[in-house]
Amino acid sequence: MKKVLAFVLAVVMVFALAACGGSSSAPAATQAPAAAAPADAAPAAGAFKIGSQGPLTGGAAIYGTAVMNAIQIAVDEVNAMGGIQFEFQSQDDEADSGDKAVNAYNNLMDWGMQVMVGTVTSGSGITVAAQAYQDRTFMLTPSGSSVDLIADKDNAFQVCFTDPNQGVGSADYLAENFAGAKVAVIYRNDDAYSQGIRDTFVAEAAVKGVEVVYEGTFTNDTATDFTVQLTAAKDAGADMLFLPIYYQPAAVILTQANQMGYAPTVFGVDGMDGILTLENFDTALAEGVYLLTPFSADADDARTQAFVAEYEKRYGETPNQFAADGYDGVFIVKAALEAAGCTPDMSSTEICEALIQVMPTISVDGITGEGMTWAATGEVSKAPMAVVIKDGVYVTP
Amino acid sequence: MKFLAYLVSGISLGSIYAIIALGYTMVYGIAKMLNFAHGDVIMIGGYISFLAATNLGLPTLVSVLLAMVVCTVLGIVIEALAYKPLRSAPSLAVLITAIGVSYLLQNAALLIWGANPKSYTPVVEGTLHLFDGQLSVSYVSLLTVACCIVIMVGLTLFTNRTKMGKAMRACSEDKGAAQLMGINVNRTISLTFAIGSALAAIAGALLCSFSPTLMPTTGAMPGIKAFTAAVFGGIGSIPGAFLGGILLGVIEALAKGYISTQLSNSIVFAVLIIILLVRPAGLLGKNTQEKV
Repeated sequence: MKKVLAFVLAVVMVFALAACGGSSSAPAATQAPAAAAPADAAPAAGAFKIGSQGPLTGGAAIYGTAVMNAIQIAVDEVNAMGGIQFEFQSQDDEADSGDKAVNAYNNLMDWGMQVMVGTVTSGSGITVAAQAYQDRTFMLTPSGSSVDLIADKDNAFQVCFTDPNQGVGSADYLAENFAGAKVAVIYRNDDAYSQGIRDTFVAEAAVKGVEVVYEGTFTNDTATDFTVQLTAAKDAGADMLFLPIYYQPAAVILTQANQMGYAPTVFGVDGMDGILTLENFDTALAEGVYLLTPFSADADDARTQAFVAEYEKRYGETPNQFAADGYDGVFIVKAALEAAGCTPDMSSTEICEALIQVMPTISVDGITGEGMTWAATGEVSKAPMAVVIKDGVYVTP
Repeated sequence: MKFLAYLVSGISLGSIYAIIALGYTMVYGIAKMLNFAHGDVIMIGGYISFLAATNLGLPTLVSVLLAMVVCTVLGIVIEALAYKPLRSAPSLAVLITAIGVSYLLQNAALLIWGANPKSYTPVVEGTLHLFDGQLSVSYVSLLTVACCIVIMVGLTLFTNRTKMGKAMRACSEDKGAAQLMGINVNRTISLTFAIGSALAAIAGALLCSFSPTLMPTTGAMPGIKAFTAAVFGGIGSIPGAFLGGILLGVIEALAKGYISTQLSNSIVFAVLIIILLVRPAGLLGKNTQEKV
């Protein structure tokens, strides 16, 4: 029985390898259609094949579908403009960082993907980026924020901020908009996300002259009581509270500060996103809370509004930050391809090498940031966008 | 003033620990077992009172009473299914079972109510401002301290003055002899669990009023801290649990305020180790000598 199985597997492998060898000439028609976004019929002959992968099923499906939906909108817009044409296929990786991520990537490569606008999640991204690095495939992740995803890989770039970069962004924003604020930081020191943002925040604050008057920590074990930290912050004269933490402990902090009659301006990062959806949470407590998020569906610029309207029309819901990242990803790839003068008949490797050269030189205006530029390491640099909560919704301040 | 504010924080937090520790110590003192699921019964109590108040729109008092009833039944059921069959088993087996029950409750809550946190509406709202608003004490803290004292006095009177309490103390001293004296040991222990679980429901409502993010893991850490408090005060001793809880809270708050927020837990546990080195039975624990 085992021998038969081994033989069958060997045969399958031989065919699979053969298919890999001839991938660029393999017709797209042999591929199963992608789960979410059916490739548009009759793409122009000279179209770049861009692929993306993310969780389209399972617990994180909300993120994957948002990105794929937004990429489809962006691809349609680009194609309607004339000029560069795109053909798009998406694959489901269930946010898995093992086999499923690699399989999804291999499916895309078999289809003839030339540029990857993925992955959606950091976990699968780290796996796929390593593979793409060996294959020399260019990848631009919309929302994989982990530093490990781009570390030591010249082919991987990000649309979103890396986690620690949010600290720099927050300090810059405070320096610019709240000059003279006395800042207290309360962070979770047993969490890499929170600690990382705090470290870069404090370093940047020192450079930009933002005064940090108090720093308090908590751990997962002590996340029930913040009254001591709040008393100390109040005593230190802090009028600004920087919270690089998730929204669950932030809700406790807001409640306890309110009970103490302490009302500093609260500033959070993307972990604060979600506080308004906390069941039974009194949103009045979050009134006036600032948070650093790359995208606000309420922003009043014409491009954001057009995107939000189109997304709502097609999918019946308001796009989130992930969707915006995916949308921008397509336009960044377009800008890079134009700058590098790539043509659709180039191989994925040629395109990869060309794009690596131009990425640090281009600047793109998107709905998640104006004037985005990239370091050769793959990190994005863009002006932080902050929103403030007013009457229970995010508005741009 | 800063010192007073820290002290108030410490006492508020400590009274939460104390009220949970009372449940631990009650069960330990009588059934001689560590009910590690106690923290999770607290979490269930929090959820029941949350759902009753928010989804059914019941008044706060009624929803807490409902939570007490549900938790009492839950406590009796847990005892009957998980602990009673192990009455003569080694205490380590019972301990492991208790940890198992703890995980069972946490994961059941995760299945039923999901991982998304809920925001608990405090049972009493508002804050008392003293000294021109320099010192503020929330009514929840005052209520917790008051509840704590009432429960401590009530439990002490119950175990010392009533017939049932006497039976409990008898079981605590010697189960075999108590049975020979005509005491229904099983029923006495079930009653202990019922009381402990009813207290857990009250503790749940107060804990969630103090720290309003309700999740399936809400009870776990305060449970462990309260267990520490119970050991600190002398496990099995009812006033000891109260004293241990308050002291633990105050030490934690002062360490956070004056030394370091990062070191506060280390300091709390260092103090615990020193106390146990000096008084192995805890602050108010009785050092009983076993006859050989």
